[in-house]
Amino acid sequence: MLKVSIWRGVDEGEFIDYEVPMRANQTVLDIVTEVQRNQEPDLAYRFACRVGVCGSCAMTVNGRPRWTCRSHVNDVIDGDRLVLEPLRSHPRIRDLVVDLAPFFETWKGSGAVFKPSATRDDKPVKITADDPARKNADAGIECINCAVCYSACDVVSWDKNYLGPAALNRAWTLVNDAKHGERKETLNKALGDGGCGSCHSMGNCTRNCPVGLSPSAGIAGLKKFALRGLPKVEKP
Amino acid sequence: MTVVRGLFIAQRYSAMLLAPFVLIHLALIIIVVRNGLTAEEILSRTNGSTLWFVFYVAFVLAVTVHAPIGVRNVLNEWTRLSGGVVNVICLCLALLMLSTGLRAVFAVT
Repeated sequence: MLKVSIWRGVDEGEFIDYEVPMRANQTVLDIVTEVQRNQEPDLAYRFACRVGVCGSCAMTVNGRPRWTCRSHVNDVIDGDRLVLEPLRSHPRIRDLVVDLAPFFETWKGSGAVFKPSATRDDKPVKITADDPARKNADAGIECINCAVCYSACDVVSWDKNYLGPAALNRAWTLVNDAKHGERKETLNKALGDGGCGSCHSMGNCTRNCPVGLSPSAGIAGLKKFALRGLPKVEKP
Repeated sequence: MTVVRGLFIAQRYSAMLLAPFVLIHLALIIIVVRNGLTAEEILSRTNGSTLWFVFYVAFVLAVTVHAPIGVRNVLNEWTRLSGGVVNVICLCLALLMLSTGLRAVFAVT
């Protein structure tokens, strides 16, 4: 049997221990579902796709933030024990569910909202796959918004002004996007209060990103652009 | 350009200047101490020297730009002081560094 401690409550609460049968090919999300279906029907947790696309099932597993649907129990277990908590640095709603609204608010602060540079009547911009700016954008574009990097970041945990790695990674993809109409504004916001200058380059975001992105590299790139200015991209 | 971006750029460029300046300054101290020069001997070499005057004026200016911006970041991140108070503290620090630094440069060159 697998021993699982799950946080029950909101800010005030306690860890409750459960025993779950050990099976081959179990993910952490499978364990939570097993507990919810067979032992604790009112256990609150969040998931949707179960295949690592939607980014909604992230939790703290044995002290580290992870996407639980793609985290195999054998890879993350400590002895015969799993400790599951909500993601840190987010307001808690109940049990394993956190409020992601403040996390998505940070995206606005970093200027990470796409503004078209052309209309449907204009010809599309020609962008080649080997364009350096496109390569930069491609390197960060697969973010699934799971908030694991945000939760892993120590600066986020103590500096409430800091926008966090996900929002800055998004800003990095946009300042490299020829189709984005406000590249300069996005760069200024990403370099503004609580932006790249607050990053301590600890790399927890990159270490924990479940899809293997490097927000640290994007933040370093934004800092370079602060000194050198934006790279040229194809005009629409 | 935002103020924060301007400060970021100023701090990075001043750091680029300070890196060689600090190495030269440290090397100078070590050479002087190892050779056992007296204060009078040191002053006889620095007095009237345009080279050392320009070097140390540039050094003081770079420190005056670099250090208060760093202290501003630390205070903003680690204290609950308001942004305005932090700015005033750092401006005072910059003025203190500038005045004491230039005073020292004028005294020995």
